[in-house]
Amino acid sequence: MLSRRLIPCLDVKDGRVVKGVQFLGLADAGDPVELAARYDAEGADELCFLDVTASADKRSTLTQLVGRVARELFIPFTVGGGIRSLDDMRAVLEAGADKVSVGTAALRDPALIERAAREFGSQFLVISLDVGRRADGARVLTTHGGREPTDVLVHDFARRMADAGAGELLLNDMERDGTKDGFGVELLASITAAVDIPVIASGGAGTAAHFVDAVAHGGADAVLAASVFHYGELSIAEVKAAMAAAGIPVRKPLGGTA
Amino acid sequence: MIAIVDYGAGNVESVRRAIAHVGATATLTDDPAQLQRADLLVFPGQGHFGQAMARLRERGLQDVLRAHIDAGRPFVGICLGLQLLFERSEEAPGVAGLGVLAGEVRRFAERDADGARVKIPQIGWNAVQRARAGTPLDAVPDGTSFYFVHSYHVVPDDDAVVAGRATHGGPFVAAVQRDNVFAAQFHPEKSGEAGLRLWSAILEGGWWGRAC
Repeated sequence: MLSRRLIPCLDVKDGRVVKGVQFLGLADAGDPVELAARYDAEGADELCFLDVTASADKRSTLTQLVGRVARELFIPFTVGGGIRSLDDMRAVLEAGADKVSVGTAALRDPALIERAAREFGSQFLVISLDVGRRADGARVLTTHGGREPTDVLVHDFARRMADAGAGELLLNDMERDGTKDGFGVELLASITAAVDIPVIASGGAGTAAHFVDAVAHGGADAVLAASVFHYGELSIAEVKAAMAAAGIPVRKPLGGTA
Repeated sequence: MIAIVDYGAGNVESVRRAIAHVGATATLTDDPAQLQRADLLVFPGQGHFGQAMARLRERGLQDVLRAHIDAGRPFVGICLGLQLLFERSEEAPGVAGLGVLAGEVRRFAERDADGARVKIPQIGWNAVQRARAGTPLDAVPDGTSFYFVHSYHVVPDDDAVVAGRATHGGPFVAAVQRDNVFAAQFHPEKSGEAGLRLWSAILEGGWWGRAC
């Protein structure tokens, strides 16, 4: 049976992890490769890198990082942040990424995803949906890190992306992001019911029970979180144990003795 | 020599890296002359059945792969590289596969036996149950999870070729092995420690009768 996945996400700037990551026993907590290996060893099912580099030579720092991670890591990893064109996608693919996460560019030009699906296959395409709320209460996509609501209804866009050939949807509930109050289960449930492709929940993780809710009540196929893992508030093993106890299938990492 | 067939179908570099990690050296190539000299061929693949067959034919690789297999030399298929071993696929009606194994490739059913929706593509880790002993899957505990990304799965005519199964909506074939051919629907190069252990077992040999 297919396991529900747990995906730590690292914010990367100029090839280094930013935002605090507090692991004991790491020589250098800012090194994405070292952190990736640590999460891998702890049982992360995948990793996500979100590039927040603003500089002009972004592409080269990103592809260098992807190359270094790909050499050391043998679980799938997704790279996102500022992916705008087929050329951007090809660059990270060739550097060794397994998937790209595309946000604003997909919103601006939905046909880009059709072209990308033909070129690279759906398995490569994660569409990131930053979901806010319009003044009338409707759940809409936002830009600029959730600050700018658009008139694009999230359900319409989710279906459109699935039809265009997206492999997965990464649903970031901007109302929950950073609150640690739990995932927006209602939004999640309505999106997972609306599309047949896998949906990754993001935004609001605070406790292990929140992850269980996202899967058991939101129908999430995977759950992504950043700070609760980085600050050691929760471990991958702890969250997986809670999920397993709730009857959710999770992958048991292969230990030395198995 | 280990050669990885590089015919423009997906992330083949990750396969090379995984093989390097377990201590072997593999060459990425689409050169028929080089592939003909390989002791062990790794045939990865991602994407579309029809396009992949077209690329193989354009490069004149179809016969090279067949000759390698027919000569009894070890051959390892991954993902689409498993599916292409079969005769045909629902993904590309009318396109002949390599036909090394009898049977076809079908899309996952959208509903399971209870009428529940099945997510397509299947993306993620799924536990593989051994169908029998004597395949590289012996290297990991029964029920070990591997990483899958696919919408289609193989349906062999002969159950005896099945090496392992997993469940997505219903049971499906996760790996096959017949004589010198082993092929997996999952990606051992993306399956962490379990995958690396499998690569070691694949390269150590034994399953095809002699060491590489």
